[in-house]
Amino acid sequence: MNPAAPIPDPTPSPAAPVPGISDAERAELRRQGILLTSIEELYNWGRSNSVWPLQFGLACCAIEMIAASMARFDIARFGSEVFRPSPRQADLLIVSGTVTKKMAPQVVRLWNQMPEPKYCIAMGACAISGGPFKQGYNVLKGIDRFLPVDLYIPGCPPRPEALLHGLMELQAKIRAQPLTGPAAPPHLRPGADGGECVIPDFGPHDLQPPHDPARWQPPRLIRTE
Amino acid sequence: MAAAPADPNGVTAMETIEQLHARIAARFPGVGATVVLNPGPAAQHSLLIPAAGARAIAEFLRDDPELQLDTCSNVTGIDWPDREVTETVRRTVTEPPPADTPAGTVPGTRVVEEKVRRAMPGHLEVVYHLYSVAQGHGPVILRLRTEDRGERVTLPSLTPVWRACEFQEREVYDLFGVVFSGHPDLRRLLMWDEFRDHPMRKDYVEPDDYEWEPTPHDRVLTRAQRHYPAPPAGSGDSATR
Amino acid sequence: MNPAPPLSPAGASVRAVQDPFHGDLLEVSMGPHHPSTHGVFRMIATLDGERIVRLKPVFGYLHRNHEKLGENTSYLASMPYTDRLDYLNSMTNNWAYALAVEKLAGQAVPERAEYVRIILAELTRLLNHTCLAGFLLQDTGCSGTPLMYAFREREAILDLFEALSGSRMMCNFQRFGGCRLDPSPDWLAAAARLVERYGAFLDEYEELITVNEILLARTQGVGVLPAALAVNAGVTGPMLRASGVNHDLRRVDGYGLYPRFPFRIPLGAHGDTYDRYMVRMLEMRESLGILRAALRDLPGGPVFDPKAKLRGFRPKPGEAYGRIEGPKGEIGFYLVSDGGPNPYRYRVRPPSLINLTVLEDLCLGHTVADAVIILGSIDIVLGEVDR
Repeated sequence: MNPAAPIPDPTPSPAAPVPGISDAERAELRRQGILLTSIEELYNWGRSNSVWPLQFGLACCAIEMIAASMARFDIARFGSEVFRPSPRQADLLIVSGTVTKKMAPQVVRLWNQMPEPKYCIAMGACAISGGPFKQGYNVLKGIDRFLPVDLYIPGCPPRPEALLHGLMELQAKIRAQPLTGPAAPPHLRPGADGGECVIPDFGPHDLQPPHDPARWQPPRLIRTE
Repeated sequence: MAAAPADPNGVTAMETIEQLHARIAARFPGVGATVVLNPGPAAQHSLLIPAAGARAIAEFLRDDPELQLDTCSNVTGIDWPDREVTETVRRTVTEPPPADTPAGTVPGTRVVEEKVRRAMPGHLEVVYHLYSVAQGHGPVILRLRTEDRGERVTLPSLTPVWRACEFQEREVYDLFGVVFSGHPDLRRLLMWDEFRDHPMRKDYVEPDDYEWEPTPHDRVLTRAQRHYPAPPAGSGDSATR
Repeated sequence: MNPAPPLSPAGASVRAVQDPFHGDLLEVSMGPHHPSTHGVFRMIATLDGERIVRLKPVFGYLHRNHEKLGENTSYLASMPYTDRLDYLNSMTNNWAYALAVEKLAGQAVPERAEYVRIILAELTRLLNHTCLAGFLLQDTGCSGTPLMYAFREREAILDLFEALSGSRMMCNFQRFGGCRLDPSPDWLAAAARLVERYGAFLDEYEELITVNEILLARTQGVGVLPAALAVNAGVTGPMLRASGVNHDLRRVDGYGLYPRFPFRIPLGAHGDTYDRYMVRMLEMRESLGILRAALRDLPGGPVFDPKAKLRGFRPKPGEAYGRIEGPKGEIGFYLVSDGGPNPYRYRVRPPSLINLTVLEDLCLGHTVADAVIILGSIDIVLGEVDR
């Protein structure tokens, strides 16, 4: 765990607060040096400050991802400097760049190989929607056609600051995640398997299926006058 | 290597394309290379060589002591689909005299411009840019054409002459569908092996995974209207909203 | 010219299969997700014991249909796409494309713009070679530290690019007939300061790395590229010069105003990985000399030809091939115009892809760990390899 990490954020967690004491009072206690916390808060504080990304670069955005891990931007301040080469050790998949149709099965396979709890960031316009290459015949128009994306970082490429901001947002999301109930991460819900994402096959003209129908559907529009 | 004077084409002292053509014609009688003039300001003219003699001419260009075109910089395909050209033909017609003219007058003639449509069969073209590293000159541009765009798309590979062609010819095979005979490893380069189409051809139809765009226009608008048909009755045409 | 070298010296693998005393061959698929392949590159290596007896690269994992998009859009609209070809070197990509279009249309470029182009191209060369040195050391297993030094300097150059063009990486700066913007005196002063202190960084870096025993052991004699094969295989750039071939388009073609600038061309003696590293380090010092001269002699005047047309640009029918000496080698653009607003054919000659032609020849007989370094010394960027 990163020693420089900030103390837990006093924002109220969505779970029921500790009875008899308000968030404001807890924050006040914290200022006085008394840490009153819950297992959930402590657990989420820990894992949100040690998010290990997968060392996985696709295109231009990967260079900015490397830059974010270098001295000037120093992603280590957020506990995420440990880029893991193996998906088995990673918590976070940063889809950094254009996902081509030829690459899409491998990206999904990497995601399937990552253990829960895991998070996915779509970094850059290409990973979000295909970006400038959207009209290309070999470009997947957004990784959310196959993967559950937690966070989108726009930009072409996003600056390292934007990636850091995205990471902070992800940390806030992790901290707000309850450990019980239906919104808990899949590994804490007995019987709830996160499920494997559909790995597309190479077809004669396109990927088969071109998108995971359970995860993504083309927008339904109605033409009016 | 002395600093060569900068020429607008990047060509240092080298024989002109006509001289080169004459030498090739003398060396390979009956092969029939032709000069393709480039009308643009770049004036990089090229040699169209027939498939039958391509390998021999390429080896000659590489080994000739004056030219020493020892490297092939760029290989690419161009797709020229079948097209209809409309030509204006002038011809003289005899004008039928008006009905009320008295008999015996000489029928007049006039020049009529007619538009004639002619089908031009398409072909695939492969272009090689050759340079000499040893002498620092170039480019000499070779063009090879297939007979059509359907079945007869085989051309000789120049990979045995310049290895630089190896991946680039694979790419032309992948994206344009030109089959190179004599290539050591002719597989798709960029697309996956199961892929059937040749996407850089002009008539390639990409898979229809249209997604809504906020401001459809031109080609995108046409596709948008196909995906989101207008309400059946009593409604004017409009963009998707 | 000597006869063509043998195409694919794959005889070793055949022998190994037939030799009953050798065991099975092992096929290793590295990539497309592998930390050392510089992106989504994949190579299928066949190993006999630890030695590579066959190696086939697999491309296309970043094939973004650059050429098809270029044919469906106007000439000017392709300029930002060229940024994303070799995404470390957007300035030189821009220049190569602008040069090809200027040839196609017969467009002149003002003198000041040529100087600005040279300044930006040489800064890009510094940027690329610095990053390469960092990544190469990363590939030898020196995890992190050299890359930190390299990226520190990269950020300094990117700050200049950002101040000038508004974007760190995707500069979109050159136009047909000049440059988009005129650098201010402040910017030029900042660039001059960077150039003055860059030599000290190179000294520091070389002191750390160049005579490092581990680097010497890992790179010297590894991946030797003979000159004849390099020329025949179309290898260009520092990789060709590391094999001792004196071929630099800045000298050969003399495009832009490069004939005005004196610079030396570093040549390698052995053609091994170490030479490829060293040639780049020396090239950076020559680039600094060009930069000093260009910043000193920068003439006044416009940076954009006022007669040049950007919107509604329709060159006459014809074709042109323009090439420049990019940091990775000869980057060229081949354009065919049919008189319309879009290029009829738009082709990029990618130096990274063609330099990879010899990857198998370099790796045969070496171990997988060496193949990683050899690949690093070829200096590829997948955006350009696959386009």
